[in-house]
Amino acid sequence: MISAVFVFNYKGEVLISRLFRPDVRRSVADLFRIHVITAPQIRSPVTVLGNIAFFHIKHENVYIVAVSTHSNTNVPLAFEFCTNLVKLGEKYFGKFDEDAIKNNFVLIYEILDEILDFGLPQVSDYESLKLYVTTESVRSENAAAPGDASKVTIQATGATSWRRPDIKYRKNEVFIDVIEDVNLLMSTKGTVLNADVTGTVKVKAYLSGVPECKFGLNERLGEGAGAGAGGAGAPQSQYGAKRLVDIDDFQFHQCVKLGRFDPDRTISFIPPDGEFDLMKYRTTEGLTMPFMVHPVVTSISPTRLEYKVTVKAQFPQKYTATGVVIKIPTPPNTVTVQGLGAFAQGHGKAKYVASENCIVWKVPRIMGGAEMDLNAEAELAPSIDSNKKPWSRPPISMAFTVAMFTTSGLQVRFLKVFEKSGYQTVKWVRYHARAGNYQFRF
Amino acid sequence: MASVIARARIEGMVSSLPPKVKKFLTSHIRKGENLELKTELNSEYRDRRKDAVKRVIANMTVGKDVSGLFADVLKCMQTDDLELKKLVYLYLMNYAKTQPELVILAVNSFVKDADDPNPLIRALAVRTMGCLRADRIVDYLMEPLRKTLKDTDPYVRKTAAICVAKMYDLKPQSTIDNGFVASLQDLLSDPNPMVVANAVAALREIQDNPRTKSPVLVVNTVVLHKLLAALNECTEWGQIFILESLADYAPNDVHEARNVIERVVPRLSHANGSVVLAAIRVLLTYLDYLGNAEGADQVATMVVKKMSPPLVTLLASTPEMTYVALRNISIILQRRPDVLANEIRVFFCKYNDPPYVKLEKLDVMMRLTSERNVDAVLTELKEYANEVDVEFVRTAIRAMGTCAIKIEAAAERCVGALLDLIKTRVAHVVQESMVVLKDIFRRYPGRYEGIIPILCEHLDVLDEEEARAALLWIVGEHADRIANAGDLLQVFVDGFADEHVAVQLQLLTAAIKCFLRRPETQPLVQQVLQLATASDLPDLRDRAFVYWRLLSSGAAVRNVVAACPPIEYEPAHQLSPGLLSELVRHLGTLAAVKQQPVATVVPAKELVARGDDDDEDDEVQITPSATAGPNGTPLPSPVPARANPAPAPAATASIPNLLDLDFDAPAPAPASASAAAAPTSLLDLLGSSPPQSASASASAAPVNDDLMGVLGLGMPTSSSSTTASAPRAIPTTMSSTSSPLDALAGLGDLLGPTTSATSPMSGAPGLAAAATAAASGTFAPATASSTPKPVLLARDAGKGLEIRGHFTGPSSASGGALELDFTNHTATPLSDFAIQFNKSTLGLNPAAALSSVMSTATVAPGATASARLPLASGVAGMTQTTVPPDMVQVAVKTTAGIVYFVASVPQGWMVAVGGAGAAGSPAVGNVGGPSVGGGLDGLLL
Repeated sequence: MISAVFVFNYKGEVLISRLFRPDVRRSVADLFRIHVITAPQIRSPVTVLGNIAFFHIKHENVYIVAVSTHSNTNVPLAFEFCTNLVKLGEKYFGKFDEDAIKNNFVLIYEILDEILDFGLPQVSDYESLKLYVTTESVRSENAAAPGDASKVTIQATGATSWRRPDIKYRKNEVFIDVIEDVNLLMSTKGTVLNADVTGTVKVKAYLSGVPECKFGLNERLGEGAGAGAGGAGAPQSQYGAKRLVDIDDFQFHQCVKLGRFDPDRTISFIPPDGEFDLMKYRTTEGLTMPFMVHPVVTSISPTRLEYKVTVKAQFPQKYTATGVVIKIPTPPNTVTVQGLGAFAQGHGKAKYVASENCIVWKVPRIMGGAEMDLNAEAELAPSIDSNKKPWSRPPISMAFTVAMFTTSGLQVRFLKVFEKSGYQTVKWVRYHARAGNYQFRF
Repeated sequence: MASVIARARIEGMVSSLPPKVKKFLTSHIRKGENLELKTELNSEYRDRRKDAVKRVIANMTVGKDVSGLFADVLKCMQTDDLELKKLVYLYLMNYAKTQPELVILAVNSFVKDADDPNPLIRALAVRTMGCLRADRIVDYLMEPLRKTLKDTDPYVRKTAAICVAKMYDLKPQSTIDNGFVASLQDLLSDPNPMVVANAVAALREIQDNPRTKSPVLVVNTVVLHKLLAALNECTEWGQIFILESLADYAPNDVHEARNVIERVVPRLSHANGSVVLAAIRVLLTYLDYLGNAEGADQVATMVVKKMSPPLVTLLASTPEMTYVALRNISIILQRRPDVLANEIRVFFCKYNDPPYVKLEKLDVMMRLTSERNVDAVLTELKEYANEVDVEFVRTAIRAMGTCAIKIEAAAERCVGALLDLIKTRVAHVVQESMVVLKDIFRRYPGRYEGIIPILCEHLDVLDEEEARAALLWIVGEHADRIANAGDLLQVFVDGFADEHVAVQLQLLTAAIKCFLRRPETQPLVQQVLQLATASDLPDLRDRAFVYWRLLSSGAAVRNVVAACPPIEYEPAHQLSPGLLSELVRHLGTLAAVKQQPVATVVPAKELVARGDDDDEDDEVQITPSATAGPNGTPLPSPVPARANPAPAPAATASIPNLLDLDFDAPAPAPASASAAAAPTSLLDLLGSSPPQSASASASAAPVNDDLMGVLGLGMPTSSSSTTASAPRAIPTTMSSTSSPLDALAGLGDLLGPTTSATSPMSGAPGLAAAATAAASGTFAPATASSTPKPVLLARDAGKGLEIRGHFTGPSSASGGALELDFTNHTATPLSDFAIQFNKSTLGLNPAAALSSVMSTATVAPGATASARLPLASGVAGMTQTTVPPDMVQVAVKTTAGIVYFVASVPQGWMVAVGGAGAAGSPAVGNVGGPSVGGGLDGLLL
């Protein structure tokens, strides 16, 4: 179990130190500083020194460290806990970095106190925590009124700890965002080494009472779950309404009744109030890759390297990609890159960024089906050391967002809301395809 | 306004002063901070008090001493402001230990708060009181705790449940006496799922406490149902607590196991990765319980199929979580190789993966490589070999070698790829490729000799000993094909003195091989032998002498040298079956991530009980003697490695696979921890074997093998293990007379649960005593038996059992015997004697069970029993690096536990066996894995 939690900045100064069990002293922070922060190369996030184990994650410019001693600690739990702490911090004060931590250390101690007791993680759900761990002290007095407090505690420990029963909205609305992160790794020969999509269904629910929701996708196995009703704004008519998608794996928010999903693939849940990630999914089948990059990089002479990079948008014409950034690595001994000035209209801008050792090519908008070229020549400084290892050619990476398009072809078929009062719900659906790890080797 | 201006003016003046003066003027400000805080804390305004407390906490965080403000902070405790209260409590928790007298002042308001109408405040009070850890307030805590355990509010109850665990940690006995543990057990039937989860967590906490003697968390059918019911409804963390306790529970029958599996499978879709891993842990454990029941295969297939996707998804989480997942996947794959069979592509490394993730991905890739996907894998590996990170590149090249050795069809391509790499002439790439190619040569003798000239061209790039030794091996082995073999070796001979010992050894062997194939190189051999016999290094010198004598005696040297058997594929870092099933049962824990036996992660209960200071001493003792193997597995050895630290690391590095084979087992018998840790972990092992083991002795075989490992024993067990009775059956049949006259039955007895508690004197002091006993145990073999036998194990080192004895017998080990006298200095009669020998140079093993040759089966307190144990000499094994070759490590098991000592073998035996050993030993060659290489090569001869 977790004996202590520390937060360090990159210099190794302690920002937060909270001991939960008597088996560690504050001085273990020095151990971590010496053996991990100042150590040149860390080969593992798990560091065991004597009988003390340190589990650390890095976030922004801080280290979050869970410490345990003398016990066969559950390691994934320690890491999930650290990640969870970061997420809570972000929800409470926007960012979890050194400045934010320094400004909010009292709040962090309060949160830590609440989510970890004697090293055992407790309620860590933002929705219920925010009811009694509040940013403003004034509100904490309100929450302290006995009547409210017992409601809070019942909710925090209850079967639906994420929802208060007495929520009321004049207009009942649900916003669904399907965000797909597309991961692609292409080999030098142009074959797909790895392609998958990790999608997140984010839901913003503004619903009164305690509604029970049922959610349906055009997923192959989920087809039997219910006939399509009330789906909103379905995109991608090019696939036809009947297209079904194979999903490799689902992960659900804790509000989803897993016991019901397993036998008949029904996604049924009582939503928390406000924004939450309903589910995450992963799929590898039948993907349409939004972009293809064909790089031809030839070495003309030891000091000149020629780049011919073609980018093709493969999604249908009616969609547009925005924020397209292509990073084309250049050797570390590059002096200048020539020929970046001459671009056709609408083909964006490219420049050589020496600090990152790459050409950064930015295109604000690309229509579906469009094709663009970049021709450039890198001038290299002559290498003195002839025995030097050849340049390792890091892959070309890409960032983009395509609105209303899903790489997997996934669509929301229905979201049914059942509530005692039987109110009407307005539902909105948006789709985004984003680049995750989108890389091309060359 | 005026004052502000005046102050600004003063500040302006101060800042314009010279630094020294300025420092003098302002230093009191820092010093007086506590004083200033004191004033603020006593302010009449609430906001100022609160700000002051915040500043106190801030100072506390950065490590400044603010304990002087204790009384002042305490005053702020009486407030309605929840936030202020929490801050004060935070302060109290930190300094309660330093000011126990003052904490008493706070008790009253805690007791009052525990009655507050607001459940949040009640919970806060109970939570904080448990953290104060001052002995004197425990008594005051009893009443509020009792009340809050029965509180109407679940939030208070769940907090109180944890508080019981806190209190137990402080005062175990009074916690039990006051019935708190019993109330905790009652909370398992609480209607609120989170209370149940916390009660489970607290009970597990108490169970794991080193001072707990009796089981507190007893899962039975009733409790099981409650846990399963709560599983669906509690928080993610609560689910983990419950899943962990399910993993430790052994179901009554197949039906129950199947039911649990059905209930746990849905957890695989949980968003929290640690829930997923905990669920997999339960599923894998329970699949074992299904055994051969009807439909078990279908269930297993279904579960395995459902397990793959969540595991893949875990790889897409944070790098740290990915690392943990990969470490666990490596274990899962060894148990269920079919889990991710079609998913190898997700383990391909991304360019921006952190190095620790890349290395683990490579490891998993190697486990999944098969003929179907080897092409894709090789293409990837070639890509990796071009990267910058040296360690990653080396591992990738090594992986290519693994592919070649594992899959014959791919060998050709691998060799081609390696040759391309060698042509890059990048030092570390060439060297690693050389080592890998040597292994490929050993796997497929005579197939790729065409490339040898290319390898020889790169001699100048090689500067690491391993690569140089590899090239020498290649040259020596193929001396008849290399025209200038003699010249190549001459280059090494000229710089003989500067070479590393591994290269020197390899050069010696290569020169002999070369001579046998090309007699014209005799002057070279002469030169090498002269250089080597003049060396200060005993290994090198002695080996040179052996060769020299062999050569001059005209014996069939050729037969010995030429018989280098091809190696077989053997996965790296393979866990032994026993350790594997132990780790599967502890999937996700630190032990699984480090892939070490649980006992090395969790201290033996007794060691902890002795208190903090002693602990640190133990740590010092354990660390040097537990010489880490390649997996970090400690070598089981009762002799501290410090005795001869120099050869140990070198040998460890050169024979990693042998170490894996022999000592990878859950060897919790390292050095000083041995006596204390061994009994518990042995029992663990027994518990970990599937329940059906009683029915089939065959299924017990892997367990047995492993237990050999536990004791560091290296007897060839494969043939005889079938005769061993199932471990589960032993406790019932355990009596010295009914045991079969078989060494393995003796081992079986070793496995029996130790009935009497081991004394706390079993740690480090015992070790020291054993070592001195061993030192004094060097004696002449001809000592008449009438004189008192030397003490092998002093009474205080052996938990009251004193062992005297020596080896007797003719001039060789086979007819010899070990005469032993056991004196019982304990208060209870000792019985069930059993003995085991560790691997030794002579391969000594008992030829009969100890119990069958003892004068009395049970040794009464104060009495002495004698035994003459006949010996057999088996295949000579590797000596442990930490033990001199003429020593034998012996383990004796009695009802009082297991004790270890070292006995020295008569010099005469060593000489007698020296000649015979050579003929029998080539068989050992097969044991080595691909990376055994040079270190083993010498032994073959």
